[in-house]
Amino acid sequence: MQVIESGNVAAALGVKLARAQVVAAYPITPQTPLTEKLSELIESGQMEAEYVPVESEHSALAVCIAATSAGARSFTATSANGLLYMHEQIQWAAGARLPLVMCVVNRGVGAPWTVWNDHQDSISQRDTGWIQLYANDHQQIIDTTLKAFALAEEVMVPVMVCYDGYLLSHTYMPFDVPDAGLVDRFLPPYRPAYSLDPKRPANLNTVTLPDVRPDIRGNMTHGYMEIRHLLHEDMLEAIPALARVDEKFKASFGRGGNPYLEGYRCEDAEYVAVSLGSLSYHLRDVVDALRNEGVKVGVMSVHLYRPFPAQIVAEALKGFKGLVVFEKALSYGYQGTLTSDLKSALYASTWNAGRRPFVINYILGLGGREITSPDLYHALKQSCTPDGPDGNETRWIGLKFFG
Amino acid sequence: MQVKTNILSLPEEELVYPGNRACAGCALGIAYRIGLKALGPDTIIVVPPSCLTVLQGLYPVAATRIPSLNVTFASTAAAATGVLAALKAQGKKGVNVVGWAGDGGTADIGLQSLSGACERGDDFLYVCYDNEAYMNTGVQRSGTTPKGAITANTPYKGKLQQKKDVSAIIAAHGIEYVGTTSAAYPLDLYDKFRKALTFGGVKYIHIHIPCPPGWGFAPQYAVKVGKLAVETGLFELSEIEHGRLRHTGASRKLMEKRKLLPVREYFRSQSRFNAITDEEIEAIQQNVTKRWECYFESLDDIEGEE
Repeated sequence: MQVIESGNVAAALGVKLARAQVVAAYPITPQTPLTEKLSELIESGQMEAEYVPVESEHSALAVCIAATSAGARSFTATSANGLLYMHEQIQWAAGARLPLVMCVVNRGVGAPWTVWNDHQDSISQRDTGWIQLYANDHQQIIDTTLKAFALAEEVMVPVMVCYDGYLLSHTYMPFDVPDAGLVDRFLPPYRPAYSLDPKRPANLNTVTLPDVRPDIRGNMTHGYMEIRHLLHEDMLEAIPALARVDEKFKASFGRGGNPYLEGYRCEDAEYVAVSLGSLSYHLRDVVDALRNEGVKVGVMSVHLYRPFPAQIVAEALKGFKGLVVFEKALSYGYQGTLTSDLKSALYASTWNAGRRPFVINYILGLGGREITSPDLYHALKQSCTPDGPDGNETRWIGLKFFG
Repeated sequence: MQVKTNILSLPEEELVYPGNRACAGCALGIAYRIGLKALGPDTIIVVPPSCLTVLQGLYPVAATRIPSLNVTFASTAAAATGVLAALKAQGKKGVNVVGWAGDGGTADIGLQSLSGACERGDDFLYVCYDNEAYMNTGVQRSGTTPKGAITANTPYKGKLQQKKDVSAIIAAHGIEYVGTTSAAYPLDLYDKFRKALTFGGVKYIHIHIPCPPGWGFAPQYAVKVGKLAVETGLFELSEIEHGRLRHTGASRKLMEKRKLLPVREYFRSQSRFNAITDEEIEAIQQNVTKRWECYFESLDDIEGEE
């Protein structure tokens, strides 16, 4: 069914279709309309779930962690400082191997306060053991939310579905709402191997020693490090798993085919702009303008950011002359994290290949600073030259210092 | 009047195995064993980092025969809500959901999530075992450490501030049942657990837990020290049922006898109070005496009504 709705409602409809059983949330802009919509769907009986209006984001994730441990499909959503307040719980959910799904409606973080969009919130949670998927438009928000549950439950790793605050969350676009019956076939009920049950007592997440240790029957069990290594392995397993989920989704709903990267005019390109989220669609217009001038440039958006599909990324990008990475977040004191990750992937796959693409990093749009098409046009045009960059410094777009 | 449990009518089934990792003489061992007898096997327990985490055992060995979910320090009550929500969503009934945290996990870092759950009226039992400091990290002061107690981070003068009255804070949420009890009175504890389960919303039980290494007394004296706290009138066995306070067990008997032991006996039974002077003890005695005189008067009122 085609509807015209906001990005937040697209996410809420995805959560409803996924038949999440427990939703816990705390208000924060620009996530609020998403969880308001869920409370409306649940209170009106259109969605069968428990809605818990918690007193903080830390508790929102606590409710979801415990509910998933007790066998229920659970969902929460947040933004910015709310996500940061969850940080301890985010790591806990990953370590406890709980297939939660959380929408992160991307917003800059304080201080100073900003309510507007950038990616610093979710990027700051990059290393927590969660899968991170970035959606570029409203259709991708609802589709990715559904795929996220399927992926999380296959590899038992939690998933963040990240999309841009305001730019997507509060804008209205047409999108297709998948058929509920088909979704039920795509995403059967959550049946974990173990959930809290007095008939089968277990002590979950307890203190675990540095070394392996026998259980009471004398069988060796994992130490902390083995448990953490398995999380890493299963994160890597999520890469092929996402392709399977995407293929299954495409078979049911006809959309998909780009589980990791989504290219535009890259086939004959010499240079490629790389980005996360809706910015990559904005860049398409700029690429079209440059193409009209004969600049052979394309744009690639990265959907799966963690686990980082390094080999796939390197294969897709190593043949170009140059990569221009536009980022709305950075590792302060170094550079954009996507830039670092791309370079690392390219280094591993091209270390003896003689040549590899140059990589230029632009930082832009922090705290909602407007990203204009002329700015993108000039930055990209300047960067698409055979000489490559002069130095390794990050370049900032749109700074207005004065005095 | 409700039937009081005695040592013969206590269930024989043990849900906490012997040989757990509690310290010698730990009163939490008593409270946990008796508390779980009252809760029964159809229970899911939520535990933040605390001495109870250690008591229950290190992976993959567990001393408890009920499912236990270890959660982050601040989130005990919210996690209990989550377990409850999941059971409800799956149509599972007849399971007691219990959050069981220490005084730091309740009075300090966990107070916000507990307050949230009380306000929402989520249907679970919350137990605070109060050994009056962060014992698991090596005896640092907490919100419920009493004034004058020497801890690892109040090393010379003892804690300068008074003990936080968590039961009163929780009762102020208007929940149906708040009980205070002591590991030194296991039958009082048992009866309060049983009674708590008959109420809706969050039920709160606060347990006084003497701690031999943390308080500085020999391991064989945990019950003796716990009883001294009650018989001197410093700690009260009580319950607030639908807003109405009454004393129970040994505290009720004190009211009937109208006689308390001198608080000095309690303070001089533990090395943590070595910094308290006789004058300070006398000042505390006057406060305790004054408070109990009010109780004695209120007992006259209650008896008048009855």
